[in-house]
Amino acid sequence: MVLECKMFGKRLKNPVILASGILGMTKASLERCCEDGCGGVTAKSLTPEARKGHDGPNIVETGCGLLNAMGYPNPGIEKGLEEFGSWKRPEALIISIVGKDTDEFTMLAEKVESAKKTLGATALEAAISCPHTPGYGVMAGQGTPENVDKITRAIKSACSLPLIIKLSPSLPGEVKQALAAEKAGADAINMGNSLGPGMKIDLQRKKPVLGFGMGGLSGPAIKPIAIRCVYDIYAAVDIPIIGTGGINCGEDAIEMMMAGASFVSVGTAAYYRGPSVFGEIAKEMDAWMKDNRISSIGKIVGAANE
Amino acid sequence: MVLQMNEMLSKRVKKVVKENYRVTTIEVEHALEDAVPGQFIMVWIPGAGEKPMSIGNRYPLTISVADVGPFSGALSKLKSGDMLSFRGPYGKPFIIPKGSKRILVIGGGYGVVPMYFLARTAKEEGIETVAVIGGRSIKDIIYEKQLFAVCREVFITTDDGSRGKKGNVMAEASSLIEGKGFDCVYCCGPERMMHAIATLCKEHGIACQVSVERYMKCGVGVCGSCSVDGRLCCIDGPVFSAEDALALSEFGKKHRDASGILKDY
Repeated sequence: MVLECKMFGKRLKNPVILASGILGMTKASLERCCEDGCGGVTAKSLTPEARKGHDGPNIVETGCGLLNAMGYPNPGIEKGLEEFGSWKRPEALIISIVGKDTDEFTMLAEKVESAKKTLGATALEAAISCPHTPGYGVMAGQGTPENVDKITRAIKSACSLPLIIKLSPSLPGEVKQALAAEKAGADAINMGNSLGPGMKIDLQRKKPVLGFGMGGLSGPAIKPIAIRCVYDIYAAVDIPIIGTGGINCGEDAIEMMMAGASFVSVGTAAYYRGPSVFGEIAKEMDAWMKDNRISSIGKIVGAANE
Repeated sequence: MVLQMNEMLSKRVKKVVKENYRVTTIEVEHALEDAVPGQFIMVWIPGAGEKPMSIGNRYPLTISVADVGPFSGALSKLKSGDMLSFRGPYGKPFIIPKGSKRILVIGGGYGVVPMYFLARTAKEEGIETVAVIGGRSIKDIIYEKQLFAVCREVFITTDDGSRGKKGNVMAEASSLIEGKGFDCVYCCGPERMMHAIATLCKEHGIACQVSVERYMKCGVGVCGSCSVDGRLCCIDGPVFSAEDALALSEFGKKHRDASGILKDY
């Protein structure tokens, strides 16, 4: 009960959200994450056409987190909306889109809008923050206040679902980007993505391990950066924030919420602790709340800022 | 927090054996001590990518590869002295129930590879194994000698009758399963074949385990590419009990490609 919260009017059992790109390739997999304890789930990011993603290896351990370069494998917007649609569960479904430019984002948002009635989604997330896919996010220079403004406006004019803009911790000026998103009509900020790009070289092969050469760093190493970004953005904007980056346990999630996040999204922890991690984090948050006699999770949001 | 489960190892290839016109067996100068039958490793070839490969033996670490595409083609070209890079072992293995005396292993095509590892392990534990191996034609039958060395009996089937009984593995396996002389039946091969074996075992109330293969990217339960009904083949499988496999809506019917699009088998 203490973890109950609302996302755009939908009551969630907890603020733990499955991060995009993790496990969410199929609807059945998203449903499993709900059964494993998520308050909401984000589907794999969809592009206009199907993508196979980067060649492997797609993931490598670094000792301080995971480095990954998936390269947005997905079935394309039409098949993806069919796959994830008709969502009827009490947990929130967030549809994620990634486009190369405002035209692509507009086209994707229009598709989501036309499927909206049967989709059952609570929100639409637009990621402009992937650090390792040519043509998208950081590699396409999407993370500037000007581009955030254009992309946000384009999506808002095409789709009536609440819009979450997902920013990168890899670029300076995240506060300016968040302000630009808010001003252009975004309904929430997702602060966080993998950090980078970074690289891991195999000593014996004398080559970068990842098939794409470089990838985004996730996990424990990036948490302090994500916390700081959320802290700064909370002080600047009035719309809710989803905090993403390095959340591995209940106390990490509480810390992120104290920095200013209303929700936390969890991804790499599924690697460290298995897919049951979502419910475990929620239980750990619940225990912390009870130990500290705080009756409602909402009360800790932004506590560090006050 | 530092986990080593994803560490990439590179070891020298010790021996390369051409099994037939397209299958090559590669032995590596390395003991994958914690590997058990049914598990897989992710093999990396710089420039060609990374794919899951079934483990054929623990020491020396052995894999067999069928040359069916650019990655498996590059892997098939490795020579003794070359480096093989891999991470693992991963996945849920075959389990031999406690007290088992006699097991049946069924391998179709290069599905015989993990079956050999299983039969060899069973022999070490004093458990008797009967094997059925099948292929399209005599030239597709591999691991025959290896299986003879560790099994009580080996039955062979070929679709064209050029070796052993004519037909698919069912030509020999059905009467063996119906005879009910086995504590557990294990199967690895084309999915429709595994579906038929699993169904027959279920009808006769015999324990059965199958190895379900799906397109895989990360191998460690993160990316979701190998999801079937919310189960992940990389960490919840690849070995499933016949009951669990038959409950999967896509088992024997559909699989997903690299983009996650459903395709018919």
